[in-house]
Amino acid sequence: MNEADRRLFEYLLRIADSDLVLAQRLGEWVGHGPVLEEDIALTNIGLDLLGQARLWLAYAGEVEARFAGRGRTEDELAFLRAGGDFRNLLLVEQPNGSYADTMARQFLFDVWHVLLLGGLALSRDERIAEIAGKARKEAAYHVERSADWVIRLGDGTDESHARMQSAIDDVWMYTGEMFEPDAIDRSLAAEGIGCDLAALAAPWRGTVEAVLSEATLAVPKTSAVQRGGRRGIHTEYLGHMLATMQWLQRAYPGAQW
Amino acid sequence: MRADARVEERDAAVWRTLSRVPDPEIPVVSVVDLGIVRGVEWRSDQLVVTLTPTYSGCPATEMIVADVGRALAAAGFARHRLEIRLSPPWTTDWIAPEARARLARYGIAPPSGRAEPVARIDTSALRGRPSPGDVPCPRCGSPRTREVSRFGSTPCKAQYVCDACLEPFDYFKPL
Repeated sequence: MNEADRRLFEYLLRIADSDLVLAQRLGEWVGHGPVLEEDIALTNIGLDLLGQARLWLAYAGEVEARFAGRGRTEDELAFLRAGGDFRNLLLVEQPNGSYADTMARQFLFDVWHVLLLGGLALSRDERIAEIAGKARKEAAYHVERSADWVIRLGDGTDESHARMQSAIDDVWMYTGEMFEPDAIDRSLAAEGIGCDLAALAAPWRGTVEAVLSEATLAVPKTSAVQRGGRRGIHTEYLGHMLATMQWLQRAYPGAQW
Repeated sequence: MRADARVEERDAAVWRTLSRVPDPEIPVVSVVDLGIVRGVEWRSDQLVVTLTPTYSGCPATEMIVADVGRALAAAGFARHRLEIRLSPPWTTDWIAPEARARLARYGIAPPSGRAEPVARIDTSALRGRPSPGDVPCPRCGSPRTREVSRFGSTPCKAQYVCDACLEPFDYFKPL
């Protein structure tokens, strides 16, 4: 039972951390959006993801208590773990860049997120199923919006087209790990608790290709080679982001709002 | 008074109390109107009220829980417990009909139609906007409205503008 709980804890962090890191990235846009409506939209989506991360982290803490005696709170998990303990996808920690970069990252993640949550909504673990069932409705309108922007910018002016294309090309190499299960993913999928990541690849590609084609953009030919987020091996950007996100709790441990 | 009549009266008092707790962002509707209150029951002597959050990221959720707790205590239900339930997930379909009318009078277009179940990602509809007439202007009633932004002042609303009276307005998105 102990082993199963450890695996489940690890698995929950993987889901939670991608939401949390992307929420933080979107939060960096606050006050910097190209227009007010976009500023608000990014904040709202960031808040949804943060709310989802809290649900996953709270559950992770409860599971941790079952094998460690004491489980960390959602705040401890978010603010007091080092970069190497984060389990998010490499894609979501990439810097905001231009609006095209932010939308490329968001779109490629959103399509995957909807599919992942669809799988998790059928989990035998009731708690996972109910969090995923709720989060999925939100992810569904996130992807409508990010796909809309990919199309608008891709099928826009010459400059917006070129920048959207290079934005997609730049992050493409981080998308492979979304579909590569390791031993933990495989065992949880086999138990009907987790989601079969490999099975998400085909529907993801189908949707992404349809949107890129509508956006008059080319599907990158580069291979999706970068991986490691799930094992805590990150790009250089995560540490810098966490330094900003965590500094208050590091400088003033236990500070309350 | 017979025992079951007393129980009925006691439950009615709880619902009356809850129906006076306004949504912090949209005070013309109560937490009952919005379908946030999912159930009222008694477990031995303790009142248990079940609440469901609207959006995961809605900053008003914690305030709503605190407001409900205060209202119950003030109404004499000191021994109460608030339970948060995620499933089934909240939907705008639970917003009561009379609350929809109140939203419109307040200047917020109520959700149009029922929330569609999420079956798959539909890329064919991506370029489409809600067709004209789906979201009539809450001020002049004209069907000539369009979406300005999918997100408005709160996560649950989109920004629309009316091409007849030129007023911008909020639209409560179906979810």
